[in-house]
Amino acid sequence: MTSISRDEVAHLAHLARLDLGAEELDHYASQLDVILQAVARISEVTADDIPAMSHPVPMTNVFREDVVTASLNRADVLSMAPAVEDDRFKVPRILDEE
Amino acid sequence: MSQTTYVPFEQALKVYEPVFGLETHVELGTKSKMWCGCSTDFGADANTQVCPVCLGLPGSMPVVNRVAVESTIRIGLALNCSIATWCRFARKNYFYPDMPKDYQISQYDEPLCFDGYLDVTVETPEGPQVVRVEIERVHMEEDTGKLTHAGGATGRIHGADYSLVDYNRAGIPLIEIVTKPVSGTGALAPAVARAYVSELRDVMRALGVSDVRMEEGSLRCDVNLSLNRPGEQWGTRSETKNVNSLRSVERAVRSEIERQASVLDLGDRVIQETRHFHEDTGRSTSGRSKEQAEDYRYFPEPDLVPVAPSDAWVEQLRSTMPEMPSVKRARLQAEWNINEFELASLVNAGALDLVEASIAAGVDSVAARKWWTGELLRVANDTGVELADLQVSPGQIREIEELIALGALNDKLARQVFEGIIHGEGDVASVIAARGLAVVSDDTALLAAIDQALSAQPDVADKIRSGKVQAAGAIVGAVMKSTKGQADAAKVRILLLERLGVSE
Amino acid sequence: MTEDLTRQSAAVLAAAIAAKEVSAQEVATAHLERIAAVDGVVHAFLHISSDSAMAQAKRVDEKIAAGTEVGPLAGVPLALKDVLAMHGEPTTAGSRILQGWKPPYDSTVVARLRAADIVILGKTNMDEFAMGSSTEHSAYGPTHNPWDLTRIPGGSGGGSAAALAAFEAPLAIGTDTGGSIRQPAAVTGTVGVKPTYGAVSRYGQIALASSLDQPGPCARSVLDTALLHAAIAGHDPMDSTSLNAAVPDVVAAARRADIRGMRIGVVKELSGDGYQAGVSQRYHEALSILEDLGATIIEVSCPHFEYALGAYYLILPSEASSNLARFDGMRYGLRTGDDGANSVEQVMSLTREQGFGPEVKRRIMLGTYALSSGYYEAYYGQAQKVRTLITSDFNAAFANVDVLVSPTAPTTAFKLGEKLDDPLAMYLNDVATIPVNLAGICAMSLPVGLAPEDQLPVGLQIMAPAMADERLYLAGGALEAALVDRWGHLLIEEVPSL
Repeated sequence: MTSISRDEVAHLAHLARLDLGAEELDHYASQLDVILQAVARISEVTADDIPAMSHPVPMTNVFREDVVTASLNRADVLSMAPAVEDDRFKVPRILDEE
Repeated sequence: MSQTTYVPFEQALKVYEPVFGLETHVELGTKSKMWCGCSTDFGADANTQVCPVCLGLPGSMPVVNRVAVESTIRIGLALNCSIATWCRFARKNYFYPDMPKDYQISQYDEPLCFDGYLDVTVETPEGPQVVRVEIERVHMEEDTGKLTHAGGATGRIHGADYSLVDYNRAGIPLIEIVTKPVSGTGALAPAVARAYVSELRDVMRALGVSDVRMEEGSLRCDVNLSLNRPGEQWGTRSETKNVNSLRSVERAVRSEIERQASVLDLGDRVIQETRHFHEDTGRSTSGRSKEQAEDYRYFPEPDLVPVAPSDAWVEQLRSTMPEMPSVKRARLQAEWNINEFELASLVNAGALDLVEASIAAGVDSVAARKWWTGELLRVANDTGVELADLQVSPGQIREIEELIALGALNDKLARQVFEGIIHGEGDVASVIAARGLAVVSDDTALLAAIDQALSAQPDVADKIRSGKVQAAGAIVGAVMKSTKGQADAAKVRILLLERLGVSE
Repeated sequence: MTEDLTRQSAAVLAAAIAAKEVSAQEVATAHLERIAAVDGVVHAFLHISSDSAMAQAKRVDEKIAAGTEVGPLAGVPLALKDVLAMHGEPTTAGSRILQGWKPPYDSTVVARLRAADIVILGKTNMDEFAMGSSTEHSAYGPTHNPWDLTRIPGGSGGGSAAALAAFEAPLAIGTDTGGSIRQPAAVTGTVGVKPTYGAVSRYGQIALASSLDQPGPCARSVLDTALLHAAIAGHDPMDSTSLNAAVPDVVAAARRADIRGMRIGVVKELSGDGYQAGVSQRYHEALSILEDLGATIIEVSCPHFEYALGAYYLILPSEASSNLARFDGMRYGLRTGDDGANSVEQVMSLTREQGFGPEVKRRIMLGTYALSSGYYEAYYGQAQKVRTLITSDFNAAFANVDVLVSPTAPTTAFKLGEKLDDPLAMYLNDVATIPVNLAGICAMSLPVGLAPEDQLPVGLQIMAPAMADERLYLAGGALEAALVDRWGHLLIEEVPSL
């Protein structure tokens, strides 16, 4: 578990959509380092045959039936939005196609 | 963006071998969405089919639609896949304004169905050839909202001032079907790709899990493709997105072969990238390169518990499987006693099920094929709709055929009846009544028309009298014309010959 | 009923309201007045829902007047942690990014509170998105501990705990991801229960770490906590992880409060160094009392607990980084930088930069790192393996004992600002509470006295296996009864007047 560079922090900030300033980048670079070193001890228990636990309850096959239920009132939906046009959520211009 | 000169397809295939794979997204035809009870009906007013769950409101949680899981298992079975005994959903994390949670619930390394295949038939100069396309996986996920781009000149994403989002589509169940790489198809690659998607579409329809309307975006394809010289390792692949019709699948494969060949011919390397296909030009443009690729940070979805289909459940679903399209085609070919090419034309026209239904409704097999692949296909092509979308029912074809047999309609009038039905003028009887399409069977009226025609063409009348019966056609034609086609031509001929005292 | 209505237990108030000795509206008014009088210094509430509270109280009075059947807590006021969605009422999760947002729907907890005829007074303060142990990470300023206004009330649910300790409400709802119900209960001298994962629906709880989060009841006594537990627990089809099983009879257990023959395990790894002297002292006194009450104390070892904090601080930020992605300024809440020139990506980044506080950003960065390609196996994957080991430790322990006990928190309430700039020191507060969340089991914190050195409350944690929540109330009820016998009253009666 290596130390984390400022460039790496900048890349993470981009992935997480956080417009961190220069000071914040430095600050988080050193803090993440400290935290990661503290949590790194978990690597001591490496054993390949231990199953990874993603869910604390051992349930499977929880489904809902394919039945249509009421949707929200559109006026209520759009009243939450920062910007609306033509009954749609208005969002700033998109540069990258997904 | 420089204008590339593409190497012609045939020339490219002399040097390179293509390897391609297809990722196909199909919207399932469930009544409600994947994780919530909002309706999936197409064409509703914007943002009227949304709730806290599919809007990703803080605190909301997904619950899996049972029918979506069952449909996916049935698709897996139809594609000869193994069904996972235990699998989880995963979150695919990336920010995009059409995705309410800024992650997509999908499946990552534990797909519900895996390791299957689909046999497809392509036409070659040597006759039909069967190609096995191996299936890597079939997994469940959710669709995104729909973006429209506003401002700027083009209505496209680039140059737009802002965009508008309708989340009605967000959360509609989507399945992704991923093939293994298909190699060794050479110049047939575009046709194999098209045949695969076409066959997949037929399988979906047979299963009744999706209406697969490509024009409404309920089936969408991404094409992965690379070229290599014979005997060499597979090349670097590109991924062409946005390939949304059968014709585009074929064109995208063909175009990408031409493009990559031109890159390789110049001694350049193909870049691993995402490309966007444009229906209008039939070409693709460069998107995101591998270096810019997102890191999706997949992890198991903690809000959903694993799906663990029991053997009993899978077997119960297997018992609901319909006859697969390929089996059905073979059966109908034998039943109707038609050759490969006749079958192919029926399949290509999308007429197979319609003909079968018409025969089931009592229409003669030859007549059923004649109408669906003749007049009705012409109308469909002219108006740019699918045959199945013409509002003509097998029952109506039977009625029309019965009227023809009775002599009350002829083929020409029948075409007008179909036209009336397609234009929404009502059922068979009301179209005939409204348009006045009944065959003229009143002998008196016909004899009068015959006499008029004979007197207009006395020389022809003489010829017939002298025994040249083949000249009768000119008079019959004139009668048909004067009765505006509403006469039975055979009957006119008989009456004419009687009138002139000539026998055949 | 002539005494101060705000000093009464929920059980007493409910009985008085049902018997028409006092009206639900009078009770609500008394609490709203108390809030108006003291919340200026405590700052337990972010939002007071006076109108909807009085309307609900009126409905309850009408029901009772009409002879309609009402719930066992009908008319009792409650303070709701601001992380739970309530239709039409501000719901911010302590964050600036949700300022002004009013959900168009009710969380399942709120729906059940309404159905139980409980009167929701308002939304309580919390660390932003429940990230913290002091309520200092709220975007709306800290909450002060009623025992000492210069000290923290614990976190993340410091507002709910402080509201109880300040007699602003007899009942409160918290949520517990790593101790956010139990640690505030410990440092405010109140009772809090983190139910078994899946026992109370998470639907409508703004998610922090979905595989750890669990809403739960808070009150000033074990019985009141049990009554609230019973009102909110039970299967919910809207939450796929909701347990589809009968709710244990926690109210009967709290009333029976009998631990004769109970085997109580002391977790060696949670009983050693690192605890404030007065915390250790009160903890050991409590163990003696439990033994006197007929329980057997057995030492057990949970060797993997030492890795719990590390696993927790990888799993939580990872899930949180994903759960908090939706706060992007597109559909609701804050939007910053939309000047027509900035792209959607820039507006999202500016909004999140402005809308989130430093602790939230820190954890989002940490989680993004732990999930990113190349690190997943070493961090997130490894943490999930540790989770399996911790669960195995609990299973082994519960094979020999009925419940486990430990101090809830290593210290009593610390000073405001003391650990604000030292995230690791702050994270260490949760060392005893975290294993419970990792394993998905249930636990209670209840007060066992004041630390002699600072006269501040000390909490004892009781842990029980999944779906055996009633054991918490059996043991907690018995211990509380013994302590009340000794003191003549609940510990909370000793809180200084504000």
